[in-house]
Amino acid sequence: MFQVRIHGRGGQGVVTAAEMLSAAAFDEGRHAQAFPSFGSERTGAPVVAFCRIDDREIRLREPVMEPDALIIQDPTLLHQVDVFSGLKRGGYILINTGKSFAELGLGDYVRDWPAERLCTVPATEIALRHVARPMPNVPLLAGFAAMSGLIRLESVCKAIEERFAAKLAAANIAAAEEAYRIVKDEVKETLHA
Amino acid sequence: MLKQTEGSRAVAEAVALCRPEVICAYPISPQTHIVEALGESVKDGTLTSCEFINVESEFAAMSVAIGASAAGARSYTATASQGLLFMAEAVYNASGLGLPIVMTLANRAIGAPINIWNDHSDAMSMRDSGWLQLFAETNQEAVDLHIQAFRLGEELSMPVMVCMDGFILTHAYERVDMPSQAQVDAYLPPYVPRQVLDPAAPVSIGAMVGPETFMEVRYLAHAKQMQALERIPQLAAEFKQIFGRDSGGLTHTYQAEGAETMVVAMGSVLGTIKDVVDEMRADGHAIGVLGITSYRPFPLTAVRAALKSAKRVVILEKSLAVGIGGILSTDVRMALSGLHLHGYTVIAGLGGRSITKKSLHGLFRQAEQDALEHTTFLDLDWNIVNKQLERERQTRHSGPVAENLLRDQGVVAAKIG
Repeated sequence: MFQVRIHGRGGQGVVTAAEMLSAAAFDEGRHAQAFPSFGSERTGAPVVAFCRIDDREIRLREPVMEPDALIIQDPTLLHQVDVFSGLKRGGYILINTGKSFAELGLGDYVRDWPAERLCTVPATEIALRHVARPMPNVPLLAGFAAMSGLIRLESVCKAIEERFAAKLAAANIAAAEEAYRIVKDEVKETLHA
Repeated sequence: MLKQTEGSRAVAEAVALCRPEVICAYPISPQTHIVEALGESVKDGTLTSCEFINVESEFAAMSVAIGASAAGARSYTATASQGLLFMAEAVYNASGLGLPIVMTLANRAIGAPINIWNDHSDAMSMRDSGWLQLFAETNQEAVDLHIQAFRLGEELSMPVMVCMDGFILTHAYERVDMPSQAQVDAYLPPYVPRQVLDPAAPVSIGAMVGPETFMEVRYLAHAKQMQALERIPQLAAEFKQIFGRDSGGLTHTYQAEGAETMVVAMGSVLGTIKDVVDEMRADGHAIGVLGITSYRPFPLTAVRAALKSAKRVVILEKSLAVGIGGILSTDVRMALSGLHLHGYTVIAGLGGRSITKKSLHGLFRQAEQDALEHTTFLDLDWNIVNKQLERERQTRHSGPVAENLLRDQGVVAAKIG
């Protein structure tokens, strides 16, 4: 079972991201379970959503406390919430930022990490460019597909089409494709370095 | 057809497939997505011949459902928590009048302190209301139980509450096999009421009944629930013939063969329990599970049969009867009367407290050694409890409990679990 935890703030589409991730995994024939952290969501408040992916029925209903991957939609949370709580050593970390892990003050924490599992992508900027709204969730999802290889970009795009009306879907797909390319290049560079 | 969808949306689709004629709704978390989705399908024309009535309160929601059902319409509503309490008088009226309304209860705690999260307090508060109460373990079962609920309720002319864990199920996206309209139509015939308000053939419904007949009317309600004990397994078997899967029934056992320790529970926590039991079985522990789907009527015989060979029973419930302890436990222990086995009540998950595999592993191992108290509060933070008790000893003016505890606890937003 692969477990993903997504951190963000109310209004950033955190819950939607988890649901779309589960839809993409389902589309690839896998079992998936997405759920929010059940808080009273308010704009700007810290929000957590979870997604489990497996090849058999998922019965477990506890929150994801030991994730295999973290998607951080808002880097300001790094200093407010214990986002890394329970993260498996060497797990995937994807952060919505133009800065490096060192610049974010995370250099020590990820010292022994495989570099290809540490990715950043300026998802809010990408979303603003394509969708004209600061919604980092879709580009990050595509970035996660690129980083982890757990789901295909095509499945993410299909989940986008199921979720949004045609015009908004097209803009989101463009954002997804750009984020996918950026992260794919990042991973390639670290592997060749 | 298999689809990945939210529990609430899946239930809304299932209810729509049952061709309801009146849906009345008042929003309350975590039930809201269900009636929102139904409202959309009435508005966009996918659900035809159905009137969607927005009402001003839960009391009105159940009152409208009663009126609609008495007029011969297949009627549906949904609520949770304080919403159920607010409609309580009408809830009793619906069953007392024998009106087969189906209601989803998106299980949520009851305040004060106000809490929107899941436990079974709301369902338990209406356990003696005369409604049948079925508990779903997964979103698939929630879908299937709604279809069975209309059939069962209308056959008996009694209302049915389908309980599904708020947020944990209602807001979870998971795989659901959605039935087709043809399947539902084959299973669920059109509603033929036993009593109907019809200007062409006037009757009154809701007479005042004095001491000469009241007990008999009440007994008949009980007799209907006893009939339901026979019909529920039959309807589940018929359901399997048409839909091809096991869903519903009175109880389900898992890994029960040769189990010395049996864990009893209701609802979505059964999934987590089964994962723990599989891991413990792999380590050689003789442990099994009994899931109770039908809480009202309570299947005393089936529960006794499932538990009688065990050495001990752990009843894990998301409800607390203040002043005695367990609620489900009381019923399970009644099923076990005369049997010599250890019984342990575990109160867990109140107000949305996570029930984790880790805690269950510890709990079940303690149970195996008969080291549990009669009643255990899983993962209770004794520090905070003792601090408040000490505060109350020290000063008369100790202040509001909930606010004190929140202050003692500190920032919770930073916690994940």
